[in-house]
Amino acid sequence: MADTTKSPSLEKQPMEYRPSFFKATMAIVQKDLSAEFRSRELLSAMLVFSMLVILIFNFALELDIKVRQSVTAGVLWTTFAFAGTLGLNRSMAVEKDRGCMDGLLLAPVDRAAIFFGKAISNLAFMLIVEAIVLPLYALLYNEVRIFQPSFLGVILLGSIGYIAVGTLLSAMSVQTRTRDVLLPILLFPVAVPVLLASVKASGGLLNNATFAEILVPLNLLIVYDVIFIAVAFMVFDFVVEE
Amino acid sequence: MIETKKLVKRFGLKTILRGVDFSVEPGEFVALLGPNGAGKTTFLRILASLSRPSLGSVKVAGYSLPNESAQVRAKLGVVSHMPLLYPDLTAEENLQFYARMYGITNFGPRITEVLGMVGLENRRRDLVRTFSRGMQQRLAIGRAVIHDPEVMLFDEPYTGLDQDASEMLDEVLKSVAAKGRTVVMTSHDLARAEDLATRFDILSRGIIAASATQKDVQKTNLLSFYKQALVD
Repeated sequence: MADTTKSPSLEKQPMEYRPSFFKATMAIVQKDLSAEFRSRELLSAMLVFSMLVILIFNFALELDIKVRQSVTAGVLWTTFAFAGTLGLNRSMAVEKDRGCMDGLLLAPVDRAAIFFGKAISNLAFMLIVEAIVLPLYALLYNEVRIFQPSFLGVILLGSIGYIAVGTLLSAMSVQTRTRDVLLPILLFPVAVPVLLASVKASGGLLNNATFAEILVPLNLLIVYDVIFIAVAFMVFDFVVEE
Repeated sequence: MIETKKLVKRFGLKTILRGVDFSVEPGEFVALLGPNGAGKTTFLRILASLSRPSLGSVKVAGYSLPNESAQVRAKLGVVSHMPLLYPDLTAEENLQFYARMYGITNFGPRITEVLGMVGLENRRRDLVRTFSRGMQQRLAIGRAVIHDPEVMLFDEPYTGLDQDASEMLDEVLKSVAAKGRTVVMTSHDLARAEDLATRFDILSRGIIAASATQKDVQKTNLLSFYKQALVD
């Protein structure tokens, strides 16, 4: 039997609805941001955790100014990596716990759009946390050099790489019962190159290294970002399908 | 509208579906019944393109799965026992999100229409987390029909609902079916299935063990047909 009672509000729509890749991606980003700004569950957890880590390091390294200056990059990236893992876990768990991941997978869109939507939201949350943590760090450690544009550029590149691989792996780990434990176990070994390169590049910038000296970690960061975004684009469909 | 041939699904060494032959004509309302663990949900997830068949062919609305899954998903609405809704968004925001994901451009009037159909017009700006289970399930149906699909799949939609909410859901399901849509519903509630469906298929141990139309069942009753099918 044909559908003879089509909804009047849909009569002018094309017979088959297919949103563009970009529109689907942005719909997911908008949804994630709206839900998070209303509940603030994910951001508050990431922020509180980051601030606690910064404070603990501040007390631990208080007496030794030289050591403190040399470990700035390491302290920052340790904080971002752990806070990022909290956010990645929570962001995917929200989709899984109420079956919303199925809702996303049922939409007639390229499933890579779901990956990009979730990755952009996760990146936005991580950047918000970084934007709050960096001034706090500068205040506690009396370190204003972290506001130079090249340093912020390295933070951005490192965050993109970390979130790209983290979003892909969290889509895998969220389907298991031990997801909270599994994500860091899967993520940290794979993210070692991006974390090492980020620490090396940001440490070099803070210690007035020349551009040639930080070129290798910078190139590694860019290559890592490109490779993992491409890998996620190709394999996300297989990761989420039963 | 739906056709599966020799459909097999394995998870590792465990075979869930063992060669299911199943077909549904356009406009039919099929109740897929069976005991727990029979493979009903797995079967529906394959029809919904959420799970890949291990062997066999699947066609929905003229498109093959898994190769034309995006085309199938555009014509499909799915309601499961989970609402697939975001608790921190309002009813309206949830429907707006899904309308965007289905590429509906002028979605305002359609959302008003859908909320009216499921009786939630007055709660459109309330957060979904404040809704009762019954209201969430009605909104879930609204989400599933937002793009006016030709085929609807219901996976135990009555799970966790009280009598009042179930009766309200009956009305919504009837209005969904009255639009001429093809419906496949799994349920353990035989009385409700008997009231709604035009055909009853029993899935047991990974195969369709028996099939009967509403007329066939009226001669005896659905419970004895169901019991007999499981014994055979």
